[in-house]
Amino acid sequence: MSIAARFRLQWPDFVLDVDLTMPGRGVTVLFGHSGSGKTTLLRLVAGLERCDDGRLVINDEIWQDHGRFLPTHRRALGYVFQDAALFPHLSVRANLEYGMQRVRHAMDQESLDHVVDLLGIEHLLQRRPEQLSGGERQRVAMARALALKPRLLLMDEPLAALDLQRKREILPYLERLHDELDIPVLYVTHSPDEVAQLADHLVLLEQGSVRAAGTVSELMARLDLPLARDEAAESIIETVVAGHDDKYHLTHLDFRGGRFAVGRLQRAVGRGARVRIHARDVSIALKEHRDSSIVNILHATVQQLAPLNDWQMVVRLGLGPEAAIPLLARITRRSADLLELVPGKAVYAQVKSVVLAD
Amino acid sequence: MSEADLLALRVTLTLSAITTGVLLLLGTPLAWWLARTRSRLAVLVEAVVALPLVLPPTVLGFYMLVALGPQGPIGSTLQALGLHHLAFTFEGLVVASTLYSLPFMVQPLKDAFAAVGTRLLDAAATLRAGPWDSFFTVVAPMARRGFLTAITLTFAHTVGEFGVVLMVGGNIPGETRVLSIAIYDHAEAMDYASAHVLAGGLLAASFLLLVLVYAVNRRYRMVHV
Repeated sequence: MSIAARFRLQWPDFVLDVDLTMPGRGVTVLFGHSGSGKTTLLRLVAGLERCDDGRLVINDEIWQDHGRFLPTHRRALGYVFQDAALFPHLSVRANLEYGMQRVRHAMDQESLDHVVDLLGIEHLLQRRPEQLSGGERQRVAMARALALKPRLLLMDEPLAALDLQRKREILPYLERLHDELDIPVLYVTHSPDEVAQLADHLVLLEQGSVRAAGTVSELMARLDLPLARDEAAESIIETVVAGHDDKYHLTHLDFRGGRFAVGRLQRAVGRGARVRIHARDVSIALKEHRDSSIVNILHATVQQLAPLNDWQMVVRLGLGPEAAIPLLARITRRSADLLELVPGKAVYAQVKSVVLAD
Repeated sequence: MSEADLLALRVTLTLSAITTGVLLLLGTPLAWWLARTRSRLAVLVEAVVALPLVLPPTVLGFYMLVALGPQGPIGSTLQALGLHHLAFTFEGLVVASTLYSLPFMVQPLKDAFAAVGTRLLDAAATLRAGPWDSFFTVVAPMARRGFLTAITLTFAHTVGEFGVVLMVGGNIPGETRVLSIAIYDHAEAMDYASAHVLAGGLLAASFLLLVLVYAVNRRYRMVHV
Protein backbone atom coordinates (compact mmCIF):
# COMPACT_ATOMS: atom_id res chain seq x y z
CA MET A 1 0.00 0.00 0.00
CA SER A 2 1.84 3.06 -1.19
CA ILE A 3 1.82 5.91 -3.65
CA ALA A 4 4.86 6.22 -5.89
CA ALA A 5 5.09 9.45 -7.84
CA ARG A 6 7.91 10.64 -10.03
CA PHE A 7 7.43 13.71 -12.20
CA ARG A 8 9.81 15.90 -14.10
CA LEU A 9 8.22 18.91 -15.68
CA GLN A 10 9.72 21.95 -17.33
CA TRP A 11 7.58 24.98 -18.01
CA PRO A 12 9.00 28.30 -19.16
CA ASP A 13 8.81 29.80 -15.67
CA PHE A 14 8.66 26.74 -13.48
CA VAL A 15 10.48 23.47 -13.01
CA LEU A 16 9.16 20.54 -11.00
CA ASP A 17 11.33 17.56 -10.23
CA VAL A 18 9.85 15.17 -7.72
CA ASP A 19 10.45 11.54 -6.82
CA LEU A 20 8.32 10.48 -3.88
CA THR A 21 6.97 7.44 -2.16
CA MET A 22 4.05 8.26 0.06
CA PRO A 23 2.18 5.94 2.41
CA GLY A 24 -0.95 4.27 1.06
CA ARG A 25 -3.03 5.38 4.01
CA GLY A 26 -3.51 8.38 6.25
CA VAL A 27 -3.26 12.05 5.39
CA THR A 28 -0.14 13.16 3.57
CA VAL A 29 0.15 16.92 3.52
CA LEU A 30 1.99 18.60 0.67
CA PHE A 31 3.29 21.70 2.33
CA GLY A 32 5.05 24.71 0.87
CA HIS A 33 4.83 28.35 -0.11
CA SER A 34 2.93 29.44 -3.18
CA GLY A 35 5.05 28.60 -6.18
CA SER A 36 6.57 25.57 -4.46
CA GLY A 37 4.72 23.27 -6.84
CA LYS A 38 2.36 21.62 -4.38
CA THR A 39 -0.80 22.26 -6.37
CA THR A 40 0.93 21.32 -9.62
CA LEU A 41 2.02 18.05 -8.02
CA LEU A 42 -1.55 17.36 -6.94
CA ARG A 43 -2.86 18.12 -10.44
CA LEU A 44 -0.24 15.81 -11.92
CA VAL A 45 -1.41 13.03 -9.62
CA ALA A 46 -4.99 13.70 -10.76
CA GLY A 47 -3.98 13.76 -14.42
CA LEU A 48 -5.32 17.30 -14.79
CA GLU A 49 -1.81 18.35 -15.71
CA ARG A 50 0.30 16.26 -18.05
CA CYS A 51 3.99 15.72 -18.09
CA ASP A 52 5.61 13.18 -20.35
CA ASP A 53 8.44 12.33 -18.01
CA GLY A 54 6.47 10.82 -15.19
CA ARG A 55 5.43 7.69 -13.40
CA LEU A 56 2.59 7.26 -10.96
CA VAL A 57 1.57 4.08 -9.18
CA ILE A 58 -1.26 4.09 -6.65
CA ASN A 59 -1.35 0.95 -4.53
CA ASP A 60 -0.09 -1.25 -7.39
CA GLU A 61 -2.30 0.37 -10.00
CA ILE A 62 -0.36 2.18 -12.71
CA TRP A 63 -1.88 5.55 -13.56
CA GLN A 64 1.04 6.85 -15.58
CA ASP A 65 4.18 5.32 -16.98
CA HIS A 66 6.20 6.05 -20.09
CA GLY A 67 3.69 6.20 -22.91
CA ARG A 68 0.79 5.21 -20.68
CA PHE A 69 -1.48 7.88 -19.33
CA LEU A 70 -4.78 7.12 -17.70
CA PRO A 71 -7.02 10.15 -18.29
CA THR A 72 -8.44 11.85 -15.21
CA HIS A 73 -11.95 10.53 -15.72
CA ARG A 74 -10.69 6.94 -15.55
CA ARG A 75 -8.77 7.42 -12.30
CA ALA A 76 -10.49 6.25 -9.12
CA LEU A 77 -9.91 9.49 -7.28
CA GLY A 78 -11.85 12.19 -5.54
CA TYR A 79 -10.73 15.82 -5.84
CA VAL A 80 -11.72 18.77 -3.69
CA PHE A 81 -10.87 22.08 -5.32
CA GLN A 82 -9.84 25.21 -3.48
CA ASP A 83 -13.00 27.01 -4.57
CA ALA A 84 -15.24 23.91 -4.43
CA ALA A 85 -16.02 24.06 -8.18
CA LEU A 86 -19.63 23.01 -7.73
CA PHE A 87 -21.73 22.98 -10.89
CA PRO A 88 -23.78 26.17 -10.71
CA HIS A 89 -26.54 24.85 -12.97
CA LEU A 90 -27.27 21.88 -10.70
CA SER A 91 -28.77 21.62 -7.22
CA VAL A 92 -26.61 20.41 -4.35
CA ARG A 93 -28.22 16.98 -4.61
CA ALA A 94 -27.58 16.81 -8.36
CA ASN A 95 -23.98 17.85 -7.72
CA LEU A 96 -23.59 14.94 -5.29
CA GLU A 97 -25.17 12.53 -7.75
CA TYR A 98 -23.20 13.72 -10.79
CA GLY A 99 -20.19 11.57 -10.06
CA MET A 100 -22.14 8.73 -8.47
CA GLN A 101 -24.04 8.17 -11.71
CA ARG A 102 -20.76 7.67 -13.52
CA VAL A 103 -19.04 5.05 -11.37
CA ARG A 104 -19.95 1.42 -11.08
CA HIS A 105 -19.39 1.13 -7.34
CA ALA A 106 -20.54 4.41 -5.90
CA MET A 107 -21.71 4.80 -2.35
CA ASP A 108 -25.01 3.19 -1.47
CA GLN A 109 -27.76 5.43 -0.10
CA GLU A 110 -26.97 4.54 3.49
CA SER A 111 -23.29 5.49 3.26
CA LEU A 112 -24.18 8.66 1.38
CA ASP A 113 -26.66 9.60 4.09
CA HIS A 114 -23.91 9.03 6.61
CA VAL A 115 -21.46 11.31 4.78
CA VAL A 116 -24.15 13.94 4.27
CA ASP A 117 -24.86 13.74 7.97
CA LEU A 118 -21.17 13.79 8.92
CA LEU A 119 -20.63 16.93 6.88
CA GLY A 120 -23.87 18.50 8.07
CA ILE A 121 -25.33 19.30 4.66
CA GLU A 122 -28.68 17.50 4.63
CA HIS A 123 -30.61 20.76 4.89
CA LEU A 124 -28.83 22.10 1.79
CA LEU A 125 -29.65 19.33 -0.68
CA GLN A 126 -32.39 21.23 -2.54
CA ARG A 127 -30.45 24.46 -2.80
CA ARG A 128 -28.32 25.81 -5.60
CA PRO A 129 -24.59 26.37 -5.07
CA GLU A 130 -24.96 30.17 -5.31
CA GLN A 131 -27.19 30.07 -2.22
CA LEU A 132 -24.49 28.45 -0.08
CA SER A 133 -21.82 30.04 2.07
CA GLY A 134 -18.17 29.32 1.30
CA GLY A 135 -17.93 26.78 4.10
CA GLU A 136 -21.10 25.00 3.01
CA ARG A 137 -19.84 24.81 -0.56
CA GLN A 138 -16.61 23.22 0.58
CA ARG A 139 -18.52 20.63 2.62
CA VAL A 140 -20.68 19.78 -0.39
CA ALA A 141 -17.55 19.48 -2.53
CA MET A 142 -16.09 17.02 -0.02
CA ALA A 143 -19.25 14.94 0.03
CA ARG A 144 -19.34 14.99 -3.77
CA ALA A 145 -15.80 13.61 -3.93
CA LEU A 146 -16.36 11.00 -1.22
CA ALA A 147 -19.59 9.75 -2.79
CA LEU A 148 -17.51 8.16 -5.56
CA LYS A 149 -15.81 5.91 -3.02
CA PRO A 150 -12.44 6.97 -4.44
CA ARG A 151 -9.27 5.01 -3.81
CA LEU A 152 -7.38 8.24 -3.34
CA LEU A 153 -8.65 11.59 -2.10
CA LEU A 154 -6.93 14.76 -3.29
CA MET A 155 -7.61 18.07 -1.55
CA ASP A 156 -6.25 21.33 -2.86
CA GLU A 157 -6.22 23.92 -0.06
CA PRO A 158 -9.87 23.25 0.73
CA LEU A 159 -9.83 25.85 3.50
CA ALA A 160 -7.69 28.55 1.91
CA ALA A 161 -10.57 30.57 0.49
CA LEU A 162 -12.38 30.69 3.83
CA ASP A 163 -12.14 33.15 6.68
CA LEU A 164 -11.02 32.01 10.10
CA GLN A 165 -14.52 31.37 11.36
CA ARG A 166 -15.43 29.20 8.37
CA LYS A 167 -12.17 27.33 8.78
CA ARG A 168 -13.06 26.57 12.37
CA GLU A 169 -16.44 25.40 11.14
CA ILE A 170 -14.95 22.91 8.66
CA LEU A 171 -11.92 21.58 10.49
CA PRO A 172 -13.94 19.37 12.85
CA TYR A 173 -15.60 17.76 9.81
CA LEU A 174 -12.20 17.15 8.26
CA GLU A 175 -10.95 15.57 11.43
CA ARG A 176 -13.96 13.30 11.60
CA LEU A 177 -13.30 12.30 8.00
CA HIS A 178 -9.69 11.69 8.89
CA ASP A 179 -10.74 9.27 11.60
CA GLU A 180 -13.24 7.41 9.43
CA LEU A 181 -11.54 7.26 6.04
CA ASP A 182 -9.39 4.31 5.22
CA ILE A 183 -8.10 5.67 1.93
CA PRO A 184 -4.97 7.74 1.42
CA VAL A 185 -5.47 11.50 1.30
CA LEU A 186 -3.12 13.97 -0.35
CA TYR A 187 -3.80 17.38 1.15
CA VAL A 188 -2.26 20.59 -0.13
CA THR A 189 -1.89 23.51 2.24
CA HIS A 190 0.43 26.31 3.30
CA SER A 191 -1.11 26.56 6.75
CA PRO A 192 0.94 25.15 9.66
CA ASP A 193 -2.28 24.88 11.66
CA GLU A 194 -3.78 22.46 9.18
CA VAL A 195 -0.55 20.47 9.16
CA ALA A 196 -0.65 20.16 12.94
CA GLN A 197 -4.28 19.14 12.98
CA LEU A 198 -4.56 16.83 10.02
CA ALA A 199 -1.25 15.51 8.78
CA ASP A 200 0.07 12.05 9.43
CA HIS A 201 2.83 12.47 6.91
CA LEU A 202 4.38 15.55 5.50
CA VAL A 203 6.07 16.42 2.23
CA LEU A 204 7.90 19.74 2.23
CA LEU A 205 8.14 21.28 -1.20
CA GLU A 206 10.45 24.10 -2.18
CA GLN A 207 10.71 25.56 -5.67
CA GLY A 208 9.46 22.47 -7.37
CA SER A 209 11.45 19.88 -5.47
CA VAL A 210 11.09 17.87 -2.29
CA ARG A 211 13.00 19.36 0.60
CA ALA A 212 12.00 16.59 3.02
CA ALA A 213 9.38 13.91 3.53
CA GLY A 214 8.43 11.86 6.58
CA THR A 215 6.08 11.61 9.53
CA VAL A 216 4.71 14.92 10.69
CA SER A 217 6.13 14.72 14.22
CA GLU A 218 9.59 13.96 12.86
CA LEU A 219 9.66 16.69 10.22
CA MET A 220 8.27 19.35 12.50
CA ALA A 221 11.12 18.70 14.88
CA ARG A 222 13.93 18.72 12.32
CA LEU A 223 16.11 21.68 13.13
CA ASP A 224 17.43 21.90 9.57
CA LEU A 225 13.93 22.55 8.23
CA PRO A 226 12.01 25.83 8.39
CA LEU A 227 9.06 24.46 10.41
CA ALA A 228 11.15 24.03 13.58
CA ARG A 229 12.57 27.52 13.20
CA ASP A 230 9.28 29.24 12.75
CA GLU A 231 7.99 31.64 15.38
CA ALA A 232 5.09 29.21 15.87
CA ALA A 233 7.21 26.05 15.92
CA GLU A 234 5.57 23.20 17.76
CA SER A 235 5.77 19.48 18.45
CA ILE A 236 3.11 16.91 17.79
CA ILE A 237 2.70 13.86 20.00
CA GLU A 238 0.21 11.05 19.60
CA THR A 239 -1.20 9.96 22.96
CA VAL A 240 -3.90 7.69 24.34
CA VAL A 241 -6.46 8.66 26.96
CA ALA A 242 -5.33 6.77 30.09
CA GLY A 243 -7.88 7.97 32.60
CA HIS A 244 -9.73 10.89 34.09
CA ASP A 245 -9.13 12.61 37.39
CA ASP A 246 -12.57 13.58 38.63
CA LYS A 247 -11.34 15.47 41.66
CA TYR A 248 -9.26 18.00 39.70
CA HIS A 249 -11.10 17.62 36.39
CA LEU A 250 -8.05 16.46 34.52
CA THR A 251 -7.48 13.87 31.85
CA HIS A 252 -4.30 11.81 31.71
CA LEU A 253 -2.79 11.20 28.29
CA ASP A 254 -0.17 8.49 27.98
CA PHE A 255 2.51 8.11 25.35
CA ARG A 256 5.77 6.25 25.13
CA GLY A 257 7.67 9.13 26.64
CA GLY A 258 5.51 9.65 29.69
CA ARG A 259 2.17 11.15 30.67
CA PHE A 260 0.49 14.52 30.25
CA ALA A 261 -2.27 15.90 32.40
CA VAL A 262 -4.66 18.22 30.59
CA GLY A 263 -8.04 19.76 31.34
CA ARG A 264 -10.87 17.23 31.37
CA LEU A 265 -11.59 15.85 27.85
CA GLN A 266 -14.89 14.42 26.72
CA ARG A 267 -13.17 11.37 25.38
CA ALA A 268 -13.32 7.71 26.43
CA VAL A 269 -10.36 5.90 27.97
CA GLY A 270 -8.34 4.11 25.31
CA ARG A 271 -9.08 6.59 22.55
CA GLY A 272 -6.29 8.40 20.76
CA ALA A 273 -5.56 12.08 21.20
CA ARG A 274 -3.07 14.14 19.26
CA VAL A 275 -1.55 17.01 21.19
CA ARG A 276 0.39 20.09 20.08
CA ILE A 277 3.04 21.65 22.22
CA HIS A 278 4.47 25.02 21.28
CA ALA A 279 8.25 25.24 21.52
CA ARG A 280 7.88 28.49 23.46
CA ASP A 281 5.82 26.64 26.11
CA VAL A 282 8.62 24.20 26.87
CA SER A 283 11.42 25.09 29.29
CA ILE A 284 14.38 23.02 30.37
CA ALA A 285 15.60 22.26 33.89
CA LEU A 286 18.46 20.14 35.18
CA LYS A 287 16.55 19.01 38.27
CA GLU A 288 12.99 17.87 38.63
CA HIS A 289 11.29 20.87 40.21
CA ARG A 290 8.30 19.50 42.07
CA ASP A 291 7.96 22.85 43.76
CA SER A 292 6.65 24.58 40.65
CA SER A 293 3.11 24.98 39.37
CA ILE A 294 3.99 23.25 36.14
CA VAL A 295 2.13 19.96 35.95
CA ASN A 296 3.81 18.30 33.05
CA ILE A 297 7.46 17.53 33.66
CA LEU A 298 9.15 14.82 31.61
CA HIS A 299 12.51 13.08 31.42
CA ALA A 300 14.26 14.13 28.27
CA THR A 301 17.58 13.96 26.49
CA VAL A 302 19.09 16.89 24.62
CA GLN A 303 19.59 15.83 21.03
CA GLN A 304 20.43 18.93 19.06
CA LEU A 305 20.66 22.68 19.41
CA ALA A 306 20.39 25.38 16.83
CA PRO A 307 20.49 29.16 17.06
CA LEU A 308 17.22 30.86 16.18
CA ASN A 309 18.18 34.55 16.37
CA ASP A 310 20.50 36.79 18.33
CA TRP A 311 19.20 35.74 21.70
CA GLN A 312 17.22 32.52 21.30
CA MET A 313 17.93 28.89 20.52
CA VAL A 314 15.75 25.98 19.62
CA VAL A 315 16.57 22.71 21.35
CA ARG A 316 15.43 19.35 20.19
CA LEU A 317 14.75 17.00 23.08
CA GLY A 318 14.07 13.29 22.88
CA LEU A 319 11.44 11.71 25.10
CA GLY A 320 10.91 8.09 26.07
CA PRO A 321 13.05 5.03 25.40
CA GLU A 322 15.86 5.77 22.93
CA ALA A 323 14.63 9.35 23.06
CA ALA A 324 12.51 8.46 20.05
CA ILE A 325 9.82 11.08 20.50
CA PRO A 326 10.97 14.59 19.62
CA LEU A 327 9.98 17.69 21.57
CA LEU A 328 11.11 21.21 20.71
CA ALA A 329 12.00 23.80 23.31
CA ARG A 330 12.75 27.45 22.69
CA ILE A 331 15.09 28.97 25.27
CA THR A 332 17.49 31.89 25.46
CA ARG A 333 21.12 31.41 24.44
CA ARG A 334 22.04 32.55 27.91
CA SER A 335 20.08 29.66 29.46
CA ALA A 336 21.66 27.19 27.09
CA ASP A 337 25.10 28.32 28.25
CA LEU A 338 24.17 28.42 31.93
CA LEU A 339 22.72 24.89 31.82
CA GLU A 340 25.65 23.72 29.67
CA LEU A 341 23.30 22.00 27.28
CA VAL A 342 25.05 19.62 24.90
CA PRO A 343 23.71 16.69 22.91
CA GLY A 344 23.30 13.61 25.10
CA LYS A 345 22.69 15.53 28.33
CA ALA A 346 19.79 14.28 30.49
CA VAL A 347 17.36 17.07 31.46
CA TYR A 348 13.77 17.70 32.48
CA ALA A 349 11.35 19.22 30.03
CA GLN A 350 8.77 21.47 31.68
CA VAL A 351 5.70 21.76 29.52
CA LYS A 352 3.55 24.73 30.34
CA SER A 353 0.71 24.08 27.94
CA VAL A 354 -0.57 21.06 26.06
CA VAL A 355 -3.19 21.67 23.38
CA LEU A 356 -5.45 19.03 21.93
CA ALA A 357 -5.07 18.99 18.15
CA ASP A 358 -7.87 16.74 16.99
CA MET B 1 -49.20 38.08 -50.55
CA SER B 2 -48.96 36.60 -54.00
CA GLU B 3 -48.29 32.95 -54.72
CA ALA B 4 -44.74 33.88 -55.80
CA ASP B 5 -44.07 35.78 -52.59
CA LEU B 6 -45.27 32.85 -50.47
CA LEU B 7 -42.91 30.62 -52.38
CA ALA B 8 -40.08 33.08 -51.71
CA LEU B 9 -41.01 33.03 -48.01
CA ARG B 10 -40.85 29.24 -47.99
CA VAL B 11 -37.44 29.19 -49.69
CA THR B 12 -36.17 31.80 -47.24
CA LEU B 13 -37.32 29.91 -44.15
CA THR B 14 -36.03 26.56 -45.45
CA LEU B 15 -32.66 28.07 -46.34
CA SER B 16 -32.35 29.76 -42.95
CA ALA B 17 -33.34 26.65 -41.02
CA ILE B 18 -30.93 24.41 -42.91
CA THR B 19 -28.11 26.93 -42.69
CA THR B 20 -28.65 27.31 -38.95
CA GLY B 21 -28.67 23.53 -38.51
CA VAL B 22 -25.50 23.06 -40.52
CA LEU B 23 -23.77 25.88 -38.67
CA LEU B 24 -24.79 24.48 -35.29
CA LEU B 25 -23.05 21.22 -36.21
CA LEU B 26 -19.95 22.85 -37.71
CA GLY B 27 -19.76 26.00 -35.61
CA THR B 28 -20.00 24.32 -32.20
CA PRO B 29 -16.78 22.30 -32.48
CA LEU B 30 -15.04 25.23 -34.17
CA ALA B 31 -16.11 27.62 -31.39
CA TRP B 32 -15.06 25.05 -28.79
CA TRP B 33 -11.65 24.73 -30.36
CA LEU B 34 -11.23 28.50 -30.57
CA ALA B 35 -12.27 28.93 -26.94
CA ARG B 36 -9.82 26.33 -25.63
CA THR B 37 -6.82 26.23 -27.93
CA ARG B 38 -3.48 27.85 -27.29
CA SER B 39 -2.41 27.28 -30.89
CA ARG B 40 -1.10 30.25 -32.82
CA LEU B 41 -3.24 29.11 -35.71
CA ALA B 42 -6.27 30.31 -33.78
CA VAL B 43 -5.60 33.94 -34.74
CA LEU B 44 -5.77 33.09 -38.42
CA VAL B 45 -8.88 30.98 -38.01
CA GLU B 46 -10.60 33.71 -36.03
CA ALA B 47 -9.80 36.25 -38.72
CA VAL B 48 -11.23 33.97 -41.41
CA VAL B 49 -14.37 33.40 -39.36
CA ALA B 50 -14.84 37.16 -38.93
CA LEU B 51 -14.22 38.01 -42.60
CA PRO B 52 -17.92 37.88 -43.64
CA LEU B 53 -18.57 40.67 -41.11
CA VAL B 54 -16.43 43.14 -43.01
CA LEU B 55 -16.46 41.94 -46.62
CA PRO B 56 -19.09 43.25 -49.02
CA PRO B 57 -21.45 40.30 -49.55
CA THR B 58 -20.88 40.61 -53.27
CA VAL B 59 -17.18 39.85 -52.83
CA LEU B 60 -17.93 36.68 -50.91
CA GLY B 61 -20.72 35.86 -53.34
CA PHE B 62 -18.46 36.38 -56.31
CA TYR B 63 -15.79 34.00 -55.05
CA MET B 64 -18.42 31.47 -54.03
CA LEU B 65 -19.94 31.64 -57.49
CA VAL B 66 -16.55 31.02 -59.07
CA ALA B 67 -15.74 28.17 -56.68
CA LEU B 68 -19.10 26.47 -56.90
CA GLY B 69 -19.58 26.93 -60.65
CA PRO B 70 -18.71 24.36 -63.33
CA GLN B 71 -15.16 25.71 -63.75
CA GLY B 72 -14.48 26.23 -60.04
CA PRO B 73 -12.62 23.76 -57.81
CA ILE B 74 -15.74 22.65 -55.94
CA GLY B 75 -18.13 22.70 -58.88
CA SER B 76 -15.77 20.83 -61.20
CA THR B 77 -15.02 18.21 -58.56
CA LEU B 78 -18.72 17.61 -58.08
CA GLN B 79 -19.18 17.28 -61.81
CA ALA B 80 -16.28 14.85 -62.05
CA LEU B 81 -18.12 12.75 -59.44
CA GLY B 82 -21.17 12.74 -61.70
CA LEU B 83 -23.04 15.39 -59.67
CA HIS B 84 -24.29 18.81 -60.63
CA HIS B 85 -22.25 21.93 -59.91
CA LEU B 86 -23.73 24.28 -57.30
CA ALA B 87 -23.99 27.65 -59.03
CA PHE B 88 -27.61 28.93 -59.15
CA THR B 89 -28.91 26.04 -57.00
CA PHE B 90 -30.49 25.86 -53.56
CA GLU B 91 -27.62 23.69 -52.33
CA GLY B 92 -25.18 26.33 -53.50
CA LEU B 93 -27.11 28.88 -51.47
CA VAL B 94 -26.82 26.69 -48.38
CA VAL B 95 -23.06 26.47 -48.79
CA ALA B 96 -22.72 30.22 -49.36
CA SER B 97 -25.03 31.13 -46.45
CA THR B 98 -23.13 28.83 -44.14
CA LEU B 99 -19.93 30.71 -44.82
CA TYR B 100 -21.64 34.08 -44.77
CA SER B 101 -23.32 33.50 -41.37
CA LEU B 102 -20.38 31.68 -39.78
CA PRO B 103 -19.35 34.51 -37.41
CA PHE B 104 -22.88 34.88 -36.11
CA MET B 105 -22.80 31.27 -34.87
CA VAL B 106 -19.16 30.99 -33.83
CA GLN B 107 -18.57 34.22 -31.93
CA PRO B 108 -21.42 34.00 -29.38
CA LEU B 109 -20.64 30.32 -28.82
CA LYS B 110 -16.94 30.98 -28.40
CA ASP B 111 -17.62 33.65 -25.79
CA ALA B 112 -20.08 31.40 -23.97
CA PHE B 113 -17.63 28.47 -23.93
CA ALA B 114 -14.79 30.68 -22.73
CA ALA B 115 -17.00 31.91 -19.89
CA VAL B 116 -17.51 28.35 -18.64
CA GLY B 117 -13.77 28.17 -17.98
CA THR B 118 -11.62 25.15 -17.22
CA ARG B 119 -12.36 24.74 -13.50
CA LEU B 120 -15.70 23.04 -13.98
CA LEU B 121 -14.29 20.83 -16.72
CA ASP B 122 -11.54 19.75 -14.32
CA ALA B 123 -14.20 19.07 -11.71
CA ALA B 124 -16.26 17.04 -14.20
CA ALA B 125 -13.20 14.98 -15.15
CA THR B 126 -12.50 14.16 -11.49
CA LEU B 127 -16.15 13.06 -11.27
CA ARG B 128 -15.56 10.53 -14.07
CA ALA B 129 -17.09 12.50 -16.93
CA GLY B 130 -15.24 12.05 -20.21
CA PRO B 131 -14.83 14.96 -22.65
CA TRP B 132 -18.12 14.38 -24.55
CA ASP B 133 -20.00 13.72 -21.35
CA SER B 134 -18.80 16.91 -19.70
CA PHE B 135 -19.52 18.91 -22.85
CA PHE B 136 -23.15 17.87 -22.90
CA THR B 137 -23.76 17.88 -19.15
CA VAL B 138 -21.73 20.90 -18.04
CA VAL B 139 -20.67 23.12 -20.94
CA ALA B 140 -23.84 22.99 -23.05
CA PRO B 141 -26.27 23.75 -20.19
CA MET B 142 -24.05 26.54 -18.92
CA ALA B 143 -23.67 28.00 -22.42
CA ARG B 144 -27.38 27.80 -23.21
CA ARG B 145 -27.71 31.57 -23.47
CA GLY B 146 -24.86 31.58 -25.94
CA PHE B 147 -26.59 28.88 -27.98
CA LEU B 148 -29.85 30.80 -27.97
CA THR B 149 -28.13 33.98 -29.13
CA ALA B 150 -26.06 32.20 -31.76
CA ILE B 151 -29.00 30.29 -33.23
CA THR B 152 -31.23 33.38 -33.36
CA LEU B 153 -28.61 35.65 -34.88
CA THR B 154 -27.62 33.04 -37.46
CA PHE B 155 -31.21 32.42 -38.45
CA ALA B 156 -32.13 36.10 -38.63
CA HIS B 157 -28.96 36.99 -40.50
CA THR B 158 -29.57 34.28 -43.08
CA VAL B 159 -33.16 35.48 -43.57
CA GLY B 160 -31.78 38.93 -44.28
CA GLU B 161 -29.00 38.11 -46.71
CA PHE B 162 -29.14 39.56 -50.19
CA GLY B 163 -25.86 40.12 -51.96
CA VAL B 164 -24.51 36.62 -51.57
CA VAL B 165 -27.79 35.10 -52.69
CA LEU B 166 -27.96 37.32 -55.71
CA MET B 167 -24.45 36.38 -56.79
CA VAL B 168 -24.56 32.65 -56.07
CA GLY B 169 -28.22 31.80 -56.45
CA GLY B 170 -29.65 34.24 -58.92
CA ASN B 171 -33.39 34.56 -58.88
CA ILE B 172 -35.02 31.21 -59.61
CA PRO B 173 -38.55 30.98 -58.14
CA GLY B 174 -38.97 28.06 -55.76
CA GLU B 175 -35.24 27.39 -55.83
CA THR B 176 -33.17 30.44 -55.03
CA ARG B 177 -35.61 33.34 -54.98
CA VAL B 178 -35.69 34.48 -51.35
CA LEU B 179 -37.66 37.29 -49.68
CA SER B 180 -34.96 39.93 -49.91
CA ILE B 181 -34.74 39.36 -53.66
CA ALA B 182 -38.50 39.42 -54.01
CA ILE B 183 -38.54 42.83 -52.28
CA TYR B 184 -35.87 44.06 -54.66
CA ASP B 185 -37.91 42.83 -57.61
CA HIS B 186 -41.06 44.57 -56.37
CA ALA B 187 -39.22 47.82 -55.83
CA GLU B 188 -37.60 47.59 -59.27
CA ALA B 189 -41.05 47.03 -60.78
CA MET B 190 -42.38 50.04 -58.83
CA ASP B 191 -44.81 47.68 -57.02
CA TYR B 192 -44.30 49.45 -53.66
CA ALA B 193 -47.43 47.94 -52.12
CA SER B 194 -46.05 44.39 -52.40
CA ALA B 195 -42.60 45.56 -51.34
CA HIS B 196 -44.14 47.18 -48.24
CA VAL B 197 -45.90 43.96 -47.25
CA LEU B 198 -42.68 41.91 -47.42
CA ALA B 199 -40.33 44.54 -46.05
CA GLY B 200 -42.65 45.50 -43.21
CA GLY B 201 -43.29 41.86 -42.40
CA LEU B 202 -39.57 41.09 -42.32
CA LEU B 203 -38.86 44.12 -40.13
CA ALA B 204 -41.58 43.24 -37.64
CA ALA B 205 -40.66 39.56 -37.50
CA SER B 206 -36.95 40.24 -37.00
CA PHE B 207 -37.67 42.81 -34.30
CA LEU B 208 -40.01 40.49 -32.42
CA LEU B 209 -37.53 37.64 -32.60
CA LEU B 210 -34.72 39.73 -31.16
CA VAL B 211 -36.95 41.15 -28.42
CA LEU B 212 -37.89 37.60 -27.49
CA VAL B 213 -34.29 36.44 -27.32
CA TYR B 214 -33.08 39.39 -25.29
CA ALA B 215 -36.02 39.02 -22.92
CA VAL B 216 -35.27 35.34 -22.37
CA ASN B 217 -31.56 36.02 -21.89
CA ARG B 218 -32.30 38.73 -19.38
CA ARG B 219 -34.56 36.42 -17.40
CA TYR B 220 -31.89 33.71 -17.30
CA ARG B 221 -29.43 36.22 -16.00
CA MET B 222 -31.77 37.41 -13.27
CA VAL B 223 -32.73 33.94 -12.15
CA HIS B 224 -29.33 32.29 -12.20
CA VAL B 225 -26.67 34.89 -11.60
